[in-house]
Amino acid sequence: MEHIRMPKVENVRLLDRLSSRRAVVGTLYLTATHVIFVENGSETRKETWVLHSQISSIEKQATTATGCPLLIRCKNFQVIHLVIPQERDCHDVYISLIRLARPVKYEELYCFSFNPKLDKEEREQGWKLVDLNEEYNRMGVPNNYWQISDVNRDYGVCDSYPTEVYVPKSATAHIIVGSSKFRSRRRFPALSYYCKGNNASICRSSQPLSGFSARCLEDEQMLQAIRKANPGSDFIYVVDTRPKLNAMANRAAGKGYENEDNYSNIKFQFIGIENIHVMRNSLQKMLEVCELKSPSMSDFLWGLENSGWLKHIKAIMDAGIFIAKVLIEKDWISFGHKFNHRYGNLDGDPKEISPVIDQFIECVWQLMEQFPCAFEFNERFLIHIQHHIYSCQFGNFLCNSQKERRELKIKERTYSLWAHLWKNRADYLNPLYRSDHSQTQGTLHPQIAPCNFLYKFWSGMYNRFEKGLHPRQSVTDYLMAVKEETQQLEEELEVLQERLANLQKSQSGNNKVKSKQQDRSKQFGLYTSNNSLANTPQEYSNDLKSFPSRSPSQGDEDSALILTQDNLKSSDPDLSANSDQESGVEDLSCRSPSGGGCLPSEDSGKDSDEAVFLAG
Amino acid sequence: MEFSELIKTATVEDVLLSRPGVAAVRGTLCITSHHLLLSSCPRGDLELWLLIRNVDAVEKRWARPQSCRCRRARAGGSPPVPGTPRAPRCPARPCPSSSSPCWRGRAGMDSSPPQSAQFRLVPPPRSGGSLRDTRVSGSSGTVTLRCKDLRVLQLEIPGMEQCLDVAGSIEALCSLDSVMLTYPFFHRPPGLRLQHGWHRAVPERHLQRVASQTSQWRLSSVNGDFGACPSYPRAVLVPAALGDEAVAKAARFRQGGRFPVLCYFHPKNGTALLRSSQPLTGPNRRRCREDEQLLGTVLGEGERGFVIDTRSAQAAKQARMSGGGTEPKSSYPRWRRLHRALERGRPLQESFARLVEACSDPALSMERWLGRLEGSRWLSHVKAALSTACLAAQCLDREGCKVLVHGAEGTDTTLLVTALAQLILDPACRTLEGFQELLEREWIQAGHPFQLRCARSACSHARGKQEAPVFLLFLDCVWQLSRQFPFSLEFGEQLLLTLFDNAYASAYGTFLCNNEKERSLCKVRESTHSLWAWLNQPEEKHKYLNPLYSHNPLVIWPSVEPQSIQLWQGFFLRWIRPSQHLDEAWVEIQRLVQGKNSSLQESTGKRLSQPLPEPSAGTENGETGTAGTR
Repeated sequence: MEHIRMPKVENVRLLDRLSSRRAVVGTLYLTATHVIFVENGSETRKETWVLHSQISSIEKQATTATGCPLLIRCKNFQVIHLVIPQERDCHDVYISLIRLARPVKYEELYCFSFNPKLDKEEREQGWKLVDLNEEYNRMGVPNNYWQISDVNRDYGVCDSYPTEVYVPKSATAHIIVGSSKFRSRRRFPALSYYCKGNNASICRSSQPLSGFSARCLEDEQMLQAIRKANPGSDFIYVVDTRPKLNAMANRAAGKGYENEDNYSNIKFQFIGIENIHVMRNSLQKMLEVCELKSPSMSDFLWGLENSGWLKHIKAIMDAGIFIAKVLIEKDWISFGHKFNHRYGNLDGDPKEISPVIDQFIECVWQLMEQFPCAFEFNERFLIHIQHHIYSCQFGNFLCNSQKERRELKIKERTYSLWAHLWKNRADYLNPLYRSDHSQTQGTLHPQIAPCNFLYKFWSGMYNRFEKGLHPRQSVTDYLMAVKEETQQLEEELEVLQERLANLQKSQSGNNKVKSKQQDRSKQFGLYTSNNSLANTPQEYSNDLKSFPSRSPSQGDEDSALILTQDNLKSSDPDLSANSDQESGVEDLSCRSPSGGGCLPSEDSGKDSDEAVFLAG
Repeated sequence: MEFSELIKTATVEDVLLSRPGVAAVRGTLCITSHHLLLSSCPRGDLELWLLIRNVDAVEKRWARPQSCRCRRARAGGSPPVPGTPRAPRCPARPCPSSSSPCWRGRAGMDSSPPQSAQFRLVPPPRSGGSLRDTRVSGSSGTVTLRCKDLRVLQLEIPGMEQCLDVAGSIEALCSLDSVMLTYPFFHRPPGLRLQHGWHRAVPERHLQRVASQTSQWRLSSVNGDFGACPSYPRAVLVPAALGDEAVAKAARFRQGGRFPVLCYFHPKNGTALLRSSQPLTGPNRRRCREDEQLLGTVLGEGERGFVIDTRSAQAAKQARMSGGGTEPKSSYPRWRRLHRALERGRPLQESFARLVEACSDPALSMERWLGRLEGSRWLSHVKAALSTACLAAQCLDREGCKVLVHGAEGTDTTLLVTALAQLILDPACRTLEGFQELLEREWIQAGHPFQLRCARSACSHARGKQEAPVFLLFLDCVWQLSRQFPFSLEFGEQLLLTLFDNAYASAYGTFLCNNEKERSLCKVRESTHSLWAWLNQPEEKHKYLNPLYSHNPLVIWPSVEPQSIQLWQGFFLRWIRPSQHLDEAWVEIQRLVQGKNSSLQESTGKRLSQPLPEPSAGTENGETGTAGTR
């Protein structure tokens, strides 16, 4: 690889994010696809693998006596703090990584070299797992009102739309093309969600090029057609996800928003979701808060407030709730501007550098917190998707549009994440989900206005590599094991019953059951061993330096940082479900707090000798 | 004194009761000596029992229809939804259709003993008809009752005079001073005997257990008549090497006589956790040989110990001016002092009040909410308490050092730290029974002045000097532990809530008075029922158990990073947040675990019920077992 100036550096220290005193020494390798840190000494030689595509920024800090610090921040919110002994080496690594982290060609991305050893058929199967047409069929389209239009056949109308677009039956090709010319990047209104029960639907489009007074007959007809596609409704809502001020400012650039006077029967609504730049800054601020070294409660809450992140999450949720409500109201709705990007399907586009997809994922998580039984998947599923959106290990999230994906032959050359997730689906199931549970029936009704406090900081995502911060016993895993065990027991019960019946017939026995029973106890052992996770102290005092600064076995436990070669090849590098198995190791390395004069709060001997003894 | 003198109006007809999140009820209001009773009219199918002691503040308002307020609040809310019947009418009120099950659900969920406030549903269940529309015309007043458990009840009472009478009676009844007049002295629950459960209050069992593990400590009856320390129980553990006479002298050198006693013996390495109050060194730096001797004998040859002072170094120094102080290095050379400032007293009470206020303010924006949460400082106190307890636990378990914890009086933050440290270290404290014993030992017997500290809750306008939610802070920390270690505590959130409710207003005698001496004077043990007896009845007990519990013999080290400390929603938003979906999830968890247990039982039963053709097959391993199939 011509970009790697320095393939190997020895004696590099990997610092612990929570405490500078827990550092490990090892060797740093740069490969075509990964940064790899291998710990010295220990028998296991722990390895940390980071994909180049995960790197979001690299910072070289001022050289200190111990070496040159290099800070690698990743898009999955991992932060790797290295100290490289020689400044020249550090610089070389820095320059190499800058280049490696910003590939210029798609072909450099990991997914083109990633090979999970599946045959062609399996790979193709993977791409067929999610079929948009099937998804639309599930919604109940095409039907009397909606049809597939081939107007975008060769991406002739809009290159960021797929070839097959659902539009109202009454919208002719002429209207669609006319409307598209009046829209930013020619994203004309197209069906996004159809509600079978009441004919309501969500459409999306980009902003109209209305300027201060421009009109477009076809665009007006298009919205009219959408309205008519629901015979039960007299008007449609047009929801603009921007703050009103932003929309108005856009008019000066020849863009803008729909004028209620020009469109018959529309109701216009602004929802103040800030633009991607605000969001990016907000996320940035929040991540800085997460990175603070031993912050006080106030620092953290103040920083969280200041970042405004939860405010934005709430704004998005409010918008979603509003729209869902309107849907229930059997009205029609057509989305303004960029809603696709904010709420869009997961085929969204990764190049638009903004945390919209992170926000979508977080919104789903916030919903899961409020409706613990409503989702079939669990938190881990969301975290893995987020990881792979940026890992570029799979082809799904590449490129900006279907068109580009086709041109690159993504489906022929890369693998699909969905197949990968599907293969490991047992890890991603929510044990509380039951298809017959009331929370899974129909629409969720999240709480709105007065319930700010329901929106929480998601440390599982943003501090996900600081395992010590998280509950160290996983209810999800426990319940999954319980569920599985119950199932086994039920099977066993069946066998026993059968056997009992047989026994009653004849007195011959068979001991098949016994082996089953042993399986079960093995299984049981698996999750009870989780308890051992509890066994590591944290850093409980900033000033008491002589105490072990951090959970000593956390480093060991932190297999999130540690990938083995096998892991990497086959399954998720970072997030193995049983990653915590080896923790619970007793810490024997603690030093005594009485060692040395690092007890700042110690009374500094000011008690004079003129003490008076208490009489008596 | 007769209660009847305080009750100006015993019965009021046509009272409308409304609470956030629940449909309003119209009925007849009765005031008895200890309860407020509202039975719904005309059908009488629903009854509210509210222990008057639970009332924290009474507010009166005149003929202002309450819907006005709702409307105003709504206007400030999220984007208006034109013509949506599902839009909430009132910020904290879910859609009307769901409020009826909500009501019933609450009534069913209300697992606190029936004293604090209970709704009894008398069949047939009411349909959630809207009574709000039939508002009384003419003059009426609204009495808002803010309860100590943070519930808010609004009573719309026809007639100004009646309204004043009701408010006046409640105010008079809820601020009765005499302990002997409180409800526990009158409460006689069926199926319980008076002596029941009080055996738990006897600390000797724990003390004997410790004495069996080590000979370094002995049971002392130096406080047999509460002479040495009025806030200690009769029996305490002191170093075996020291006579009672010396202990009594050491007691005089400690505030309130609270000399250092053992509260936890760590069997793993023989270290011990002690607590006391501050030494009375005063401005003249007095010393006390016996006290120095006591702490000296605690440490073995060449051992060092830690004194964890729950005040800042400066505050400890300042305490000398008022006669207190801390152990000077020169007199206690083998003890190292660590200062960890924990909030107490008035500031803690204000922190609690600020947080409750923020939680019940529906008009807050997201940003302001986080600001108010931060401004209340409550979570900082939680973090500080947990960190200090962890520090104590770490000194014991990891450093193998003995630890003495004290603040000033040694009855508040001291107990907070020692109790939490034990929960972290000792798996026995994490069972339902062990936790009750821990509370009994480290809070009730140890002399936490419950009567003074829990006289008022967050909503009271009275600005007392003695009130402080130290016990709540403890419960919150326990909740944080249970969140971080969901399998390690045998009890669930419901127990913590019940304990809070009972500490502030109870039908049982367990949390009455400030210490054992007072309890003995008031004959609490003889004349009231024990809360533990009530809780441990099988039909009650199951509500408090954690279905996920599995014994964890290890020390549980929690994370104290800010990211790990969360607001205890189940408590602070108990009456505000919609809990239906979370309750459903909890039921689902129970179902899953019980499903496993029952099928385990069943299959074990089946296995046992099978005739054993060859007895050997049962004891041999699987392989010979399959061989047996031949």
